Amino acid sequence: MADTGMPPLIRLEDITRIYGTGEAEVRALDGVSFDIAAGEFLAIMGPSGSGKSTAMNVVGCLDRPTSGHYFFNGVDVAGLTRDQRALLRRHYLGFVFQGFNLLPRTTALENVELPLIYKGMDRTERLHRAREALRLVGLEGREHHDPSELSGGQQQRVAIARALSGAPEVVLADEPTGNLDTKTSLEIMALLVRLRQERNLTIVMVTHEEDMARHADRLIWMVDGKVAHDGPMPDGPLHGAAMVPGVTS
Amino acid sequence: MIWEALKLAVKAIFRNTLRSFLTVLGIVIGVAAVIAMVTVGQGSSDRVTADVESLGTNVLIVQPGKDAMGPRRDGGQARPFGLKDVETILTEMPEVETAAPIGSRTLTAVFGNENHATQVLGTDNRYLRATDWPVVMGRGFTESEERSGKAVCILGETVRTELFGFADPVGETIRLGTLSCDVIGVLEAKGASSFGSDQDEIVVMPIRAFQRRVAGNTNVSMIFVAVRDGFSTDDVKLEMEFLLREMRRIGPEEEDDFSVMDMKQLASMLTGINNVLTGLLSAVAAVSLLVGGIGIMNIMLVSVTERTREIGIRLAVGAQGGQVLMQFLVEAVVLSLLGGVLGSILGLALAAVGAQMLSVPFTPDPLVVLMAFAFSALVGVVFGFFPARRAARLDPIEALRHQ
Repeated sequence: MADTGMPPLIRLEDITRIYGTGEAEVRALDGVSFDIAAGEFLAIMGPSGSGKSTAMNVVGCLDRPTSGHYFFNGVDVAGLTRDQRALLRRHYLGFVFQGFNLLPRTTALENVELPLIYKGMDRTERLHRAREALRLVGLEGREHHDPSELSGGQQQRVAIARALSGAPEVVLADEPTGNLDTKTSLEIMALLVRLRQERNLTIVMVTHEEDMARHADRLIWMVDGKVAHDGPMPDGPLHGAAMVPGVTS
Repeated sequence: MIWEALKLAVKAIFRNTLRSFLTVLGIVIGVAAVIAMVTVGQGSSDRVTADVESLGTNVLIVQPGKDAMGPRRDGGQARPFGLKDVETILTEMPEVETAAPIGSRTLTAVFGNENHATQVLGTDNRYLRATDWPVVMGRGFTESEERSGKAVCILGETVRTELFGFADPVGETIRLGTLSCDVIGVLEAKGASSFGSDQDEIVVMPIRAFQRRVAGNTNVSMIFVAVRDGFSTDDVKLEMEFLLREMRRIGPEEEDDFSVMDMKQLASMLTGINNVLTGLLSAVAAVSLLVGGIGIMNIMLVSVTERTREIGIRLAVGAQGGQVLMQFLVEAVVLSLLGGVLGSILGLALAAVGAQMLSVPFTPDPLVVLMAFAFSALVGVVFGFFPARRAARLDPIEALRHQ
């Protein structure tokens, strides 16, 4: 954890997220606390059902914690309304999903333009920015292709361009390479690392692929809705047993 | 933002052209029906007014009974007028140019093997002059025929054609009910009236002959009065009401047992009936607008479900609930306005054809088209709101997971 003395960009304090009630109650997050400083590249790993995606959704303001505090730039997001959270996503956050989540039958350019429309940008500015973002991810010349005409790696590049077009502070990537082959996955990771450096981005990435997680400089390992390990990316193997103190396999 | 929503709406609608077309069909039919009804109704009202006014704006109709045209509250028991009353009006009121007695019945006219049911009108030359209705074959009534009530008659063009075909009827004898009657002339063809009834479906005979041989009494069921040029019809009408009260010895406390109507009243009464009918038919047609609205709501709900993932993506990149709501609401309104446009075109086309067929003037009213537009937009808003709100309230995470 980089301790710069600056207040953290993101601070989670004792966050719980409970689905269902009574017998069917599921504690997806159970007292999770961590900070993320501006400019960090954080990987969140853990077995299925460990709450890593839920943590990501809470950080991305797509989900609300059941209890606890979430400070974004010092503002307690837990107290924001649905529309205020939408504004926060619009101006500070960018998303990259495992399934790309591009609008079908909509060109790459239009997909990248989408967040800018909600930012209320005029058309000329929008087109300029969207083209610029596509160039940045190496898709110059593919502006007018539909997602169906692009390969998986290209689709994910469009998604990254879309996440970046609105000039966010934080990019949240939920298994960004989960649907891609190894070679393409590495290309996408290289792109993320490059963009992070060029734009001083903060990146939070959920993944279960060790090779991809290695690109981050900090690792949070989650088990059963709790943070089991939080620290700089270790040099040793990244598997469950190694991450959880006191557990031997 | 609204411009973007419009573009999106048009794109979404034309992505599935057939479905969109079927969806708006209800609106199309509703709007078309309302516009066609109202336009044809308006045309026929205009026609009625024009027809009545063609009788002359200086015409008054005097009838026994309080409400001459409406249902008779006194059960037709009002004292009838007689020929004497017509003469009294003429002598007492210098403002009156002509007054003519009128009686009428429907009878079967027979000539040779042909027979034809027609209206038989008992009156005199004064009526034909006042209505500017010339005899084009043969001659009008002579004074002695009118005075003695001789069984002579003048045929309307339709009756002539039905009974005589191309032969000359003048000098022949036809039978009207049980009465034999010599044909002395044929009237100029007038064509259909506003209600589609044929004005040439008529046989005219002297009023005295009509009273004695057809009606079997000395009543006059209606007095047709033409006011001299330069006199106000309203004034003459008032004066006539005074005169008639005096003639019929109606006490100051009693109500009139007759009515004097001018053409304005007659026209407004006839168009009133017409307007009520138009209104009723339009209301029925408007129900299909409602049905069309439900169709739009249905397809918008389907669309919201189909596009759940898209909604999730939009929410993730920062769309607010209101913006998603607006997007789907605009789509519903554009859809129903499209129906409004198609419906207006279809409705005006139908009205043009209908007006042609009913031979009424085709007078499209921009206000009606505008109202139909406004109404279809309203339908879009009302029925689009529920699906749009459903879209706006979707949970972003679940929407993104939706397959």
